[in-house]
Amino acid sequence: MIKDVVSLGLPVGEELIIRKNSIKGTGKDNGKRICIVTGTHGDELEGQYVTWKLNRILKKNIDKLHGTVDIYPANNPLGISTIYRGIPGYDLDMNRMFPGNAHTTEFDYVVKRIYEDICGADLCVDIHASNIFLREIPQIRINEISTEVLIPFAKTMNMDFVWIHSSATVLQSTLAYSLNEAGTPTLVVEMGVGMRITQDYGNQLIDGLLATMKKMGMWEGEEAPTKPPIISTDGHVGFVNADSSGLFLPYIKHGKRVRKKELIGAVVDPLDGAVKEELESPINGFVFTLREYPVVYDGSLIARVLGGSNNDTGSTF
Amino acid sequence: MIQEVLFETDALPYRQKIPVYGFRFGGEEKTIAIMGAMRGDEFQQMYICAKLVRRLKELEEKGVISNRYGIQVIPTASQFSMNVGKRFWPVDNTDINRMFPGYDEGETTQRLAANIFKVLRGHRYGIQLASFYIPGEFLPHVRLMNTGYTKPDDGYLFGLPYLVMRTPKPYDTTTLNYNWQVFETDAFSVYTKATDKLDEESAKIAVESILRFMEKKNILKQADMGDGADTAFIPENEMSNIQTSTSGLFRPRAKAGDMINENDEIAEIICPYTAEVKEVIKAQCSGRVFFVRHAEAIMEHDLVYRIVPGQSDDI
Ligand SMILES: [Zn+2]
Repeated sequence: MIKDVVSLGLPVGEELIIRKNSIKGTGKDNGKRICIVTGTHGDELEGQYVTWKLNRILKKNIDKLHGTVDIYPANNPLGISTIYRGIPGYDLDMNRMFPGNAHTTEFDYVVKRIYEDICGADLCVDIHASNIFLREIPQIRINEISTEVLIPFAKTMNMDFVWIHSSATVLQSTLAYSLNEAGTPTLVVEMGVGMRITQDYGNQLIDGLLATMKKMGMWEGEEAPTKPPIISTDGHVGFVNADSSGLFLPYIKHGKRVRKKELIGAVVDPLDGAVKEELESPINGFVFTLREYPVVYDGSLIARVLGGSNNDTGSTF
Repeated sequence: MIQEVLFETDALPYRQKIPVYGFRFGGEEKTIAIMGAMRGDEFQQMYICAKLVRRLKELEEKGVISNRYGIQVIPTASQFSMNVGKRFWPVDNTDINRMFPGYDEGETTQRLAANIFKVLRGHRYGIQLASFYIPGEFLPHVRLMNTGYTKPDDGYLFGLPYLVMRTPKPYDTTTLNYNWQVFETDAFSVYTKATDKLDEESAKIAVESILRFMEKKNILKQADMGDGADTAFIPENEMSNIQTSTSGLFRPRAKAGDMINENDEIAEIICPYTAEVKEVIKAQCSGRVFFVRHAEAIMEHDLVYRIVPGQSDDI
């Protein structure tokens, strides 16, 4: 059933409405609820495909669903409709405003209502698609303080990689941080790239969502085989940033292994044909993030490389 | 006066190298630093710093500046945004004032923040000319972040009408003001009426308040700045916030600085098609108008006024 989570008048004769599809299975209700949330950043579309496809699977197999799946495809509908990452007109990043506030601006209020609507779920999955600059392999990001609660869920999500962040580098005003703090387990998925849809990644995540729901006793439909992720912490991630500005040309493909000091790409100058710098991998490992948008500045992130892993799933590479 | 390039960001080949300039006065000690624009719409904040540089240059020629205490003024770190009409860093839309203390091996705005902070940290006093994230008109005030390191008494030395104490939210911890305090600088944010427009009167008030502070701290000798206004102290969360309950064209009646009574009609929301009055906004308490929203048309549930509650002239 499609419900309004919050609706507010826009300045000139239109409503801002955040909608969800609340899908209650006809199988025996086990009382559980999972929230699939996306579209907080208006330029990220990978989650649009996932929510579309999940809706269709659930509709067709409603008798195999036990409990409720709430699908929130567009937390920031104004952003999605205008190809804008933040909230148009305000220049604010919606994922830096949680848990919101009822007494300041309308968008603080919108954020608060979304947050309250999700609170209390047995699991929330917040799907992001990086941004227009960087391409990411399918991965889950977790704050180290939530590891104990979240790792069991993350293991069955069929993502390639789980990145556990040290709490010092975690932003406190995100949807995921706020929900986890309030006791609603929330996984952040990052995959693909902004403004595009990578259907393979979307399908991979759907298999993981269904497998996780099965483990939670919410799903008895068909299930594709899933594979466990590599689990790693900040200590094993090497960063490559540009130290000059220009055009980035990659020498390698996303998702491939590199050796320490292997060249990842070059920053070049179209005006005089110069190669301004060549960037090398700081470690042996696997390029899970790679620059997609070619124009770079001093400091722009070019790649992230995952080195040795301390995973406890037995999978290595 | 010593003008120096504090650092440059390489933006070639499409733009030139982007310099951030500093203007130093007085002695070698790191006594006071003033930071201007960090967002591309903060023209008033840059203007205040530019006027301050001019005044300090004159005072220097008169021999009024202490030759022991040092003054550093950075009018802007955001010309990359200003020159293309953007509020934040134009490429990734990040806010420099959400990147402190910065990281010199990180992304572009983290590097910028790190470079700015390298210059600004270690001063005894820090003043930021700040802007609010919602467009509107303020009464001039000094704002302090209550970090536990805060020394509110010094906030009175500016002689501005209000001293506002803010309890930091999680996102405040990456601002310049907060990080200054963490690194033992007494930090103040000075807010004036405008941001993206130059407002002569409030720019003058801001420049004088900063010079007054310097005089009270003996950084300036005999600058004859006087005591300024009587300063009223108000915790930010004690202000009354007034929100709309419908959307439409916004017609404010009460202006910043007006004294109003409870139930006074202070604004109207008008139907954008028929000019019918959809809502009359009333004051929920008596007091002085501290903030008025700038907007031609407005959403439902939006913030339009902030009122300092009270009855008498002491607010
Ligand atoms: Zn995102």
